[in-house]
Amino acid sequence: MSITKERITELEKICNDLRIDLIKMLHDKQTGHPGGSLSVCEILVTLMYEKAKLDPTNPAWEERDRIIMTKGHAAPMQYLILGKLGFFPEEEFASFRQINSILQGHPCMNSTPGIELTSGPLGIGLPAAVGVACSLKLDKNDSYVYAILGDGELNEGAVWEAMMSASKFKTDNLICILDNNGVQLDGTRDEIMPLDNLRERFESFGMKVFEADGHDIADLCDKIDEAKTVKDQPVMIMANTVKGKGVSFMEGKSAWHGNPIGDDFYEQALKELGGK
Amino acid sequence: MGKALRDYYGEALLKYGSDERVVVLDSDVSGSTKSKIFGDKYPERFFNVGIAEENMVAMSAGFAKEGKIPFTNTFAVFLTTNGLLAARTFASYSKLNMKMMGGYGGLSDSYDGPTHHALEDIAVMRSLPNVEVLVASDGVLVDWLVQYCINHYGPVYVRLSRGEAKPVYSEGEQFEIGKAKKVREGEDLTIISCGVMTGESLEAAKLLSEMGIEARVLDMFSIKPIDEQAIIEAANETGAILSVEEHNIIGGLGSAVAEVLVANKPVPQGFVGMKDQHAECGDYDDLFEKYKLNPNAIKEAAIELLKRK
Ligand SMILES: Cc1ncc(C[n+]2csc(CCOP(=O)(O)OP(=O)(O)O)c2C)c(N)n1
Ligand SMILES: [Mg+2]
Repeated sequence: MSITKERITELEKICNDLRIDLIKMLHDKQTGHPGGSLSVCEILVTLMYEKAKLDPTNPAWEERDRIIMTKGHAAPMQYLILGKLGFFPEEEFASFRQINSILQGHPCMNSTPGIELTSGPLGIGLPAAVGVACSLKLDKNDSYVYAILGDGELNEGAVWEAMMSASKFKTDNLICILDNNGVQLDGTRDEIMPLDNLRERFESFGMKVFEADGHDIADLCDKIDEAKTVKDQPVMIMANTVKGKGVSFMEGKSAWHGNPIGDDFYEQALKELGGK
Repeated sequence: MGKALRDYYGEALLKYGSDERVVVLDSDVSGSTKSKIFGDKYPERFFNVGIAEENMVAMSAGFAKEGKIPFTNTFAVFLTTNGLLAARTFASYSKLNMKMMGGYGGLSDSYDGPTHHALEDIAVMRSLPNVEVLVASDGVLVDWLVQYCINHYGPVYVRLSRGEAKPVYSEGEQFEIGKAKKVREGEDLTIISCGVMTGESLEAAKLLSEMGIEARVLDMFSIKPIDEQAIIEAANETGAILSVEEHNIIGGLGSAVAEVLVANKPVPQGFVGMKDQHAECGDYDDLFEKYKLNPNAIKEAAIELLKRK
């Protein structure tokens, strides 16, 4: 195991605090996406607190790892982490999704320090990440590119075109992490666009595939370490997650993809998370 | 609270969708576009293709070719970007009977921000030969447009909106493609608007009236084909034209109006719209205020324009 027990406990506490802050922020603003923000929490925390090279005081640091959130609607979770890590003052949280804010509804690389690439329209993030990976190789820069994808996002053909490219150009500096929560917007993945044998599909597109429990920080750390040993092949870590993780009534429910959180639900969610 | 335009749309699809030639496609946003209302009633004629807009629009061409009347649904921005190659090849060039319904027009998906706003869709779709471009200004017109899409053969792009619009028409109002609706009389200038901006323009006309300025208001819901005659008449009779749109001022309604004026009857024109910029996220009204699209801003623009008359 590449991470100590104490550190895991510490990061788990951070995750719980983030979930509480997320619920508070989305309830307060009555807008924003809870489901996919909650499912990606451990993935982001593992990367941004532990595995990725980042410098909050210098977001443009050449040697940073590039974290590209292709599922841009989970921005609020990433904003909370960026703020807590010191990329910008936490007071900015209060302006989330409001006019004149640095925290746009979907990530904007020109608005928010620490946002690597603009996202929101699904499907074009991974192709861009492949471009970043190829560019880093040209520059002999050994930073990694982490692309975080939604599983509904896999419906977009461009994602598969990107995997073909990544495979062709042997971008072993590209580590994709799939937030494999089985739910998209209109319903579950099985209802909307079933993707049986997903692992084999990735493999046949040239990806080296690992599977992880996407809410288990130790497991995520191990798989990321393994991913870094892969040569000449892009990596896909299928991180199995639960949409809405941590708030029982949101778990696995597409209705909580983007619904505003009413007062009753807010109280109940906070109680479950030990937030009050 | 009044009813949102997307709710009018969903209900109209349900109402007129009993026609068995109608098929409805969506790309994992049917709860947002409200095409789900049709899907729940007619699951066998409803195709949710997942988050795959290019696939959806191209697939609708296949349906159209075989005699169906396919309605494609997603946010206007994704429809007219990801769906564009198929729209150009199959709707425009091949003249297939495709009904492309752009939900969440303009800034109406305000909080999701610029990635989800549609401020170029009219320019893009208007530049496609053979494609009609229609913009819904209120619920009555939404209902009529859905009927029109079913009864008329040919490719159509309709811009809808996420939220409410100030009512413009009364129940049962009839429309004609290529004919503007004169929704207010006036001789001092003419405001030409479309979509939710028509309601805003009517409010602006009231403000102007309080100052003794009488503005004619034309709802140019049919941007293509456009009503040249009404524009020329307005130029002749009022001598100044203010175009008002929830769109980039490049390529949209204002440009379409200017094309007619320049070729026929040049008079001073003012442009209310997004000044070749992306907006930002926020409350819809806040955005209208900041980007000068609300009735007050329209009034100010009219006053400026009149100085040039
Ligand atoms: C091109 C495009 N089409 C549609 C949408 C609307 N949309 C936003 S999120 C979403 C569902 C995403 O599901 P998934 O990728 O599984 O994300 P998660 O479950 O992690 O929230 C959809 C359809 C979009 N943002 N971009
Ligand atoms: Mg998902």
